[in-house]
Amino acid sequence: MVRSLLIRGMLVGLGAGLLAFAFAYVFGEPQVQHAIDFEDHLAALHHDAMGPEVVSRGVQRTFGLLTGTVATGVALGGLFGLVYAYAYGRVGALGARGTSALLAAGAFVSITLLPFTKYPANPPTVGNPDTIDKRTVLFFAMIAVTILALVAAGRVRRSLLPSLGGWNAASAAGSVLIAVVAVAELILPGVHETPAGFPADVLYRFRIASLGINATLWLTLGLGFGAVAQRLLEPAPHRTGAPAASPA
Amino acid sequence: MSDVALERKAGAAPAPIASPRELLPYALFGGLVLMIIIYFVGAEEGALSVISGTDVHEFVHDARHLLGFPCH
Ligand SMILES: [Zn+2]
Repeated sequence: MVRSLLIRGMLVGLGAGLLAFAFAYVFGEPQVQHAIDFEDHLAALHHDAMGPEVVSRGVQRTFGLLTGTVATGVALGGLFGLVYAYAYGRVGALGARGTSALLAAGAFVSITLLPFTKYPANPPTVGNPDTIDKRTVLFFAMIAVTILALVAAGRVRRSLLPSLGGWNAASAAGSVLIAVVAVAELILPGVHETPAGFPADVLYRFRIASLGINATLWLTLGLGFGAVAQRLLEPAPHRTGAPAASPA
Repeated sequence: MSDVALERKAGAAPAPIASPRELLPYALFGGLVLMIIIYFVGAEEGALSVISGTDVHEFVHDARHLLGFPCH
């Protein structure tokens, strides 16, 4: 069963990666190009020699982007399937589709949305190549913190549920999540490397596009995997039959 | 809320499908391979470099930026 879920997760992830590619190509690539144009403009101003083009822009924005989004979709889909295999039946009274939707929403919030509030996606040129080590460590540290905070919040909710009821337990859990993430963001160093004169509109649209790409990935995984998992785990004959006990 | 699945009692969780012991080998090997894929898209030839040169980095460059990984 675990193997089936792993394979199905990777297949749904493939589809999610393709949709993410389409979204990225339409909404993201124009902003990447604006950023690269700005980079070239800066280089020309400073009479810097252009670096050799290892991979052409035409390949980067098509096959390169497709490879990156699909590989990420397959990998995240497979991991999603594995987490799902553990979570199903362990996250309260949720069925196959509900569990998938909950996990995908949690993944989007903890892997994309919350880390984004501290270390948002950046187009080319916004970012100093000399600090890539530091920025990479901080980026993954932030994701680790938000995932752990979300899991902790889920446990808080569950432990308070009997005494406080659903609404108050969820409110307390949400407060724990926000508090932990806020403290982490205060402690972790900021990254402010946007070069002077970089067009603010491009930066904004690039970041919105990045959120959209990740939302496309997780939405497709959450809904697509839920449908697939339901067929596998809850093959209910009554779903296909006529509604029972309905007046003719 | 109550009619998510009609076979189950309302409000009851379905039975888990895998014990942690069953999951462990998949989590270790599957998880590792999948993480390596994400590493190649997100960070190879950036903070770390397994393959020399910048071909991998340049090829998946746009996806790296657009997915939100740190780059240049
Ligand atoms: Zn870059």
